[in-house]
Amino acid sequence: MPAPGPEQPPTATTEVSTTLAEVVASERLRIVATLIRTTGDWDLAKDSFHDAVTRALTTWPERGIPDNPGAWLTTVAKNVAIDALRKATTERKATKRHAHELTDTPEEETTMPDDTIDDDRLRLIFTCCHPALALENRVALTLRTVLGLSVAETAHVFLVSEQTMQKRLVRTRAKIRSANIPYRVPPPHLLPERTAGVLAVLYLLFTEGYSSGSGSDLIRPALADEAIRLTRLVAQLMPHQPEVLALLALELFQHSRAAARLDAAGDLVLLEDQDRSLWNSDAIIEGSRMLTAAEKTLHLLGAGPGPFLLQAQIAAEHATAPTAAATNFARIATLYARLSQVAPSPIVDLNRAIAVAFSEGPDAGLALLDTLTLDAHLGEYHLLHATRADLLRRAGRSADALPHYRRALELAPSDPERRFLQSRIDQGLYSNPSPGSE
Amino acid sequence: MRYLLLIVSDPAAPAYIPEEDNIEEWVADLERRGAAIVGDRLRPPSDATTVTVRDGKTILTDGPFTESKEWIAGFDLIDVDNLDEAIELAAAHPMARFGRVEVRPLWPLELGA
Repeated sequence: MPAPGPEQPPTATTEVSTTLAEVVASERLRIVATLIRTTGDWDLAKDSFHDAVTRALTTWPERGIPDNPGAWLTTVAKNVAIDALRKATTERKATKRHAHELTDTPEEETTMPDDTIDDDRLRLIFTCCHPALALENRVALTLRTVLGLSVAETAHVFLVSEQTMQKRLVRTRAKIRSANIPYRVPPPHLLPERTAGVLAVLYLLFTEGYSSGSGSDLIRPALADEAIRLTRLVAQLMPHQPEVLALLALELFQHSRAAARLDAAGDLVLLEDQDRSLWNSDAIIEGSRMLTAAEKTLHLLGAGPGPFLLQAQIAAEHATAPTAAATNFARIATLYARLSQVAPSPIVDLNRAIAVAFSEGPDAGLALLDTLTLDAHLGEYHLLHATRADLLRRAGRSADALPHYRRALELAPSDPERRFLQSRIDQGLYSNPSPGSE
Repeated sequence: MRYLLLIVSDPAAPAYIPEEDNIEEWVADLERRGAAIVGDRLRPPSDATTVTVRDGKTILTDGPFTESKEWIAGFDLIDVDNLDEAIELAAAHPMARFGRVEVRPLWPLELGA
């Protein structure tokens, strides 16, 4: 191959890698999802895309970046897949059909009736989140295939070895194939239930990233951004599903506080103590817009609120309150009561008791905590003990609070939380040098 | 695509209520869909005989292979498009309420391939 002529100067490698990284980020999901549909082979789809990217790295610096890099990658990946299938055809006649179909697939997407959701990305997401797959396998497959994390990165999220994760992914893809889990957006009668399953996976990804803080770990915190990006995509593709819009709103509200929830030392800052000027107002505005859209859609459907809508409404009250003291805790308590009917959970009950304490006083919150008998479910959950301790402290019963702080400290899973609880215990000791003297 | 629905008894399941057993309706639906191949009840494990051959000798055991409180009470071999349809039929089976239904995809043996 001769050196490129003067009319075609070689494209700088940095420009190629920058453009390629952008195109991969924006087009990978669409291309892989389409290849899975047309080839029926998850591994081939993934490998063909990878091959196309590798070819771009050698071709683009020589011939220049194509006008439409996404289309270039799509075509090359498709051709790689066709070649692989043709090669396989000589070995196994059974795959001939696939190669034939793939070649005949028109470039244009087939148009579907308006009420049908036709998008390969959604097909892929729904298939990865199929309820016949174990929840952790759904999450792993979504990380690997939908978000494009490497096997090593996916393994890191689950804190397992790369080998273990590789086996788990292989088994999961094998079940999709062997059990014939359909590669599709579910039909209308299954859609609400299956959408709830997808949203559960998305929210798990988000909280996994959100709760991992901002330490030296770079993969897990990035999951929160990735989860929002994916939820936004699902919301664009399914704009008439109130729970999808509500989940996006919820994630945006929670993420808006990312810069304020840890201090310089990496310690947790309670919501009421956070510097609200650090909250991301763009995220709050977008979250509010999404929540309004979700409420409108719900109203049009004449349906009752789902769990994500109620949680988003609660998050909105916090996110839009000018100060902690001005928060409408009475409404939050009401929303938690409704949430505990729609999606009963001891955690929801615990949060409801906290909201009641803030709106009606710590004694009311403590009384509710006692009637809910949460210890049977949450006895080992540090936040139950921390909450009881905090409400006792607010009720002026610091001495009574101490044993609960100590129990919470024993159970707390993370260093920032342990440091926070220890500081509360220290304060309690210093302000009450002789406990019980009150 | 063929699936075998294994109808499994479950001691922890709600008590069997004969009036709520709509198996005839279920079979009719299966046939209407053209999904029925074969299906039936099975006699209890006490009527089972387990056969093994070791060192050329046939050994018979009275009863099932494993001691278990859960046993296969029936089966239905169905032919449907995909797992979703198999799940839908399994969920509609009365024994999904009084027991459990295990959905097993068939793994066709390619003889002489």
